[in-house]
Amino acid sequence: MAVSALAPVRGAGDFFAFALDVLRGLFKRPFQLAEYIQQAWFVASVTILPTALVSIPFGAVLALQIGNLTKQIGAQSFTGAVAVLGVVREASPIVTALLIVGAGGSAICADLGSRKIRDEIDAMEVLGISPIARLVVPRVLACMTVAFFLNGLVAVVGVIGGYFFNVILQGGTPGAYLASFTALAQLPDLIVGQIKAVIFGMIAALVASYKGLNAKGGPKGVGDAVNQSVVIGFMLLFLVNFIITAVYFEVVPQKGG
Amino acid sequence: MGVEIKVEHLTKRFGRQTIWEDVTLTLPAGEISVLLGPSGTGKSVFLKTLIGLLKPENGSITIDGRDITKVKEKDLYEIRKLFGVLFQDGALFGSQNLFDNIAFPLREHTKKSEKVIKDIVLEKMELTGLTGAEKKLPGEISGGMRKRAGLARALVLDPEILLFDEPDSGLDPVRTAYLNQLIIDLNSQIEATFLIVTHDINTARTVPDNIGLLYRRHLAMFGPREMLLSSNEPVVRQFLNAQREGPIGMAEEKDAGELAAEAGTELQALPPIPAQLFTSNGEMRKTQRAPGSWLKENGVTPPPGSFPGMDLGFEGQGEAAPQSSAPPATPTAAPKGRRTSLSKGRAEGDDDTTALPAAEESSVRVVPAPGRTPRPAPRPVAAASTADTTVLDTPRRTRAVRRSKSEG
Repeated sequence: MAVSALAPVRGAGDFFAFALDVLRGLFKRPFQLAEYIQQAWFVASVTILPTALVSIPFGAVLALQIGNLTKQIGAQSFTGAVAVLGVVREASPIVTALLIVGAGGSAICADLGSRKIRDEIDAMEVLGISPIARLVVPRVLACMTVAFFLNGLVAVVGVIGGYFFNVILQGGTPGAYLASFTALAQLPDLIVGQIKAVIFGMIAALVASYKGLNAKGGPKGVGDAVNQSVVIGFMLLFLVNFIITAVYFEVVPQKGG
Repeated sequence: MGVEIKVEHLTKRFGRQTIWEDVTLTLPAGEISVLLGPSGTGKSVFLKTLIGLLKPENGSITIDGRDITKVKEKDLYEIRKLFGVLFQDGALFGSQNLFDNIAFPLREHTKKSEKVIKDIVLEKMELTGLTGAEKKLPGEISGGMRKRAGLARALVLDPEILLFDEPDSGLDPVRTAYLNQLIIDLNSQIEATFLIVTHDINTARTVPDNIGLLYRRHLAMFGPREMLLSSNEPVVRQFLNAQREGPIGMAEEKDAGELAAEAGTELQALPPIPAQLFTSNGEMRKTQRAPGSWLKENGVTPPPGSFPGMDLGFEGQGEAAPQSSAPPATPTAAPKGRRTSLSKGRAEGDDDTTALPAAEESSVRVVPAPGRTPRPAPRPVAAASTADTTVLDTPRRTRAVRRSKSEG
């Protein structure tokens, strides 16, 4: 059937149309400052603690793995370099993304979805207010802002966790660990990590808002929408992460390469 | 003053499922209209289409000279400011208290100071009987209060058009009666165009100036209240009188077998037409027609016992008369004086009996006409002999006749 074959394509098309509407809305006035601050605070409050707790073991696992490996090949002095590279370039944007999608995105999707099924969204449109400008744009911006800062937090906590495990538990040399920080990593790694985090935050908020605003069929529909938004969000994030990383390696020359 | 809504050949489909098609009607400015229909006939969908929340597949909706099915998104938001809508459950914003909910449209659309906003909000809350509940959250109040709060929010921008999505669902009869009275009083105050979607028969019989009936994916009939209440058209008759005998079945329409089984049974007599609700101080609204005026103009005799307490000079009024044998109401003349020129000087009078206006156009007489000529034979309804399918066509034609005549 033509209809069913086109359905997924149409869904993707609707999503991109929605994303374009939101992007246009980002530059429209008046800007909903109060809603933005409120949402940023909300997203931060649901993500900061889990992010910090997740990033410690993440840094630790990295340190443990690398610590053993570098000892075997006699390259202990590079332990710090690899840990920093791994955390800053890859781990922290992904950890940030997982938490923004899992904690922030699901909350946004549930919130908008329950508003949708209670006719609140329709009521808002009828009152002559665009839900995209009033609700979605502030949420997307809030997620982007929080992702930016969260990424910094993950990087710092991850590196400290790695240092702790390498130096205290594996008996590494503190000086060598710190000194090798800049052996492989460079400033563009941090910059691209931050850019990634901001893009991930935007995608997470867009998917969550889109799914929430299109929820239908009562409370079960909201549950389904949240479920889908998390799954689709993760898939998109890993895909986009791969693309950005590939482009980055092509564009920015790597140290020691 | 309200705005006229002109709907022409409107069709809405979801996928391959047709919700309704070729709906043509005009909601006259400042009047109260009710849209009825069995459950699941797309009444709410019609309402959402009117506001532009859903795009119809075909047809046009003209409001204030603009076709809202064609305008750009930006203009649509502008046009929507003419509307106030009361959603089924009030659709209040769950995260804000009642005061903020009702103030929301003012804060978003106007540059009024908080003090002015407060005055307006408190006034509307008093109007809807919500004084003292400003700080309550929507989750903390009863369904009736949520509805009234939704109404208050719909009112703050002084809308030209007010739409009600089942204002009486989930309310007890007393609250429904209060709400109906509130609707009447509001209409006389703000003179906006009202459209009420409901399936409460009592509301439909006593509140509106016009009634429309959606059935079997199209508009079965739309016209003045008295026209539908005195109609013998099977669907209209069955629905407005809540009877089991008729084409509407439990699930959908009845099949031929069930109808044949019913064929022998005598239809119940049409119940009397009740008087339309007056405003709470007994006055007539500007757009209200004098009781019985449509019936007089079209020479239709209402069922016995109609308009209790009013002597309008109909045959058999007040008698325990046998079943009225009035054939289907076919308008023989364009309803004249739809807007009885009541002028500002509304009829004074303390009770309903004397509250009849002395409007010059209105043919209502308080004393029975002694030598009342028998009403002219109704024109045969086109192809009335063939059953069912063509019957469904006739109301549209009747309506068209009415419209063309009233325009002429």
